[in-house]
Amino acid sequence: MDAPGSPRAGSQTLLPFAAAAALLAAWQLLAWAFSLPVYIAPTPAQVARTLVSELPTLLRNFVPTAVESFVGFLVGNTIAILVAVLFVHSRRLEAALYPIAVFVNTIPILAKAPILVLIFGLGMTSKVVIAAFICFFPTLANMVRGLTSVNPQSLELMRVLSASRAEVFWKLRVPSSLPFLFSALKIASTTSVLGAIVGEWIGADLGLGALIIEATHNFRSPLLYATVFVASGWAVVFFAVVGFAERRIVTWKPGEVS
Amino acid sequence: MKAAVSLEGATVRFTSERGSVTALENVALEVAPGGFVSLLGPSGCGKSTLLRLVADLVPPTHGTVSVLGGPPERARVNRELGFVFQDATLLPWRSALDNVRLPLEVGPNKRERSGRRTPEDLLRLVGLAGREHALPHELSGGMRQRVAIARALVSEPRILLMDEPFGALDEITRDTLNEELLRIWRETGTTILFVTHSIPEAVFLSQRVLVLATNPGRVRELIECELPYPRPLSVRETPEFIRIASRLRALLQTG
Repeated sequence: MDAPGSPRAGSQTLLPFAAAAALLAAWQLLAWAFSLPVYIAPTPAQVARTLVSELPTLLRNFVPTAVESFVGFLVGNTIAILVAVLFVHSRRLEAALYPIAVFVNTIPILAKAPILVLIFGLGMTSKVVIAAFICFFPTLANMVRGLTSVNPQSLELMRVLSASRAEVFWKLRVPSSLPFLFSALKIASTTSVLGAIVGEWIGADLGLGALIIEATHNFRSPLLYATVFVASGWAVVFFAVVGFAERRIVTWKPGEVS
Repeated sequence: MKAAVSLEGATVRFTSERGSVTALENVALEVAPGGFVSLLGPSGCGKSTLLRLVADLVPPTHGTVSVLGGPPERARVNRELGFVFQDATLLPWRSALDNVRLPLEVGPNKRERSGRRTPEDLLRLVGLAGREHALPHELSGGMRQRVAIARALVSEPRILLMDEPFGALDEITRDTLNEELLRIWRETGTTILFVTHSIPEAVFLSQRVLVLATNPGRVRELIECELPYPRPLSVRETPEFIRIASRLRALLQTG
């Protein structure tokens, strides 16, 4: 493996960009060669033009989706972390509730979303709840594992030091769980956007999900593609921010016994 | 003078669904304050269990264990015990210095225990000056074990319990750390109980070697190592050293 910063690693990071550029060029050429109608498949150039000309519309619809996914991310993960802490402190509570959490998680988000919209209405609240739901389970499962997968010898060390339960929790369990937490948060950063968009499909006046439905029904394909581009761009930025925070906080090598 | 560690008829039995195993049977041992005693024996002879008995990590099934004239629990809560495991058991997110500080941050009596030697002094004592801010994964196995020793010494314990602390290290590192451990022992005056399965290591370090036998774990014999301190590594080539080592080997083979 190349170390980051070595000359080969530099050219490796350029590779995906080169591949993406090649794919876009191929798409543009194929659309020209077969003279596909715009409503079936717009060319990259048409999508790019729409991105600029429809920017005010896109931004107006972007803001609610960004807020819903971000708040849902915060709410869903916070509740998941708190429930995981409860589970670790009470095995009986875990035995009682974990199977229910697994069952709820097996219901596809597309089936859960209409139910939640009926309960929480057509406003932003229902989208926040759907985004929170989609974040909840992966974080719960990872956090329970993180808090319990403490090196047994470290626990013995804490016992020799006569550490209290609270000290073991804050100084040992919480830091040990951080690598697990961040793997879950990275998943949640992209799925929370998915949750908000699915919620908007069910019913919303504003939001990237609503715009996707509207553009599709009106055969405005360049706008549809531009909206998808904005939605995935937001998910990528969200993911990158979480990844950046992870690299700043988890400076050690997880899983290493030392 | 009161013994630092004293065991009388100490028996430890572990009971599980599949039956019970006697890890230690009827063990008697007295260690004087400032003494250095090694526990030597084959795997499964209960030498680690004996150490855990003194550290209050395992309760005796029968018999009595007394540490500094009281129950082991009191010695543990008063921070009179330092424990060094076979793996350094450092917290990977803490720097070397912060790992050494850990005992001062947890448990009752944590404030009063910041003694004469600061964590920085102790890292210097174990030869790690300049590496205070290194994370464990940036240190070699030998360095990590030095950090673990500094951590065990930070609350200035009167008894240091070491469970095969150098077992996972290469021979050259082990030799260096053996010499340094003797220097630290002289400088701190701590009582040391040291578990090992290496005969030369036991003879080189200790005043006395407790030879244990297996199935059930029990004391076979207590051997004096009458070699004057300070002991340079070359003491291992003297006839006296070789005589003690072969005596121990014979005991272990017939055990």
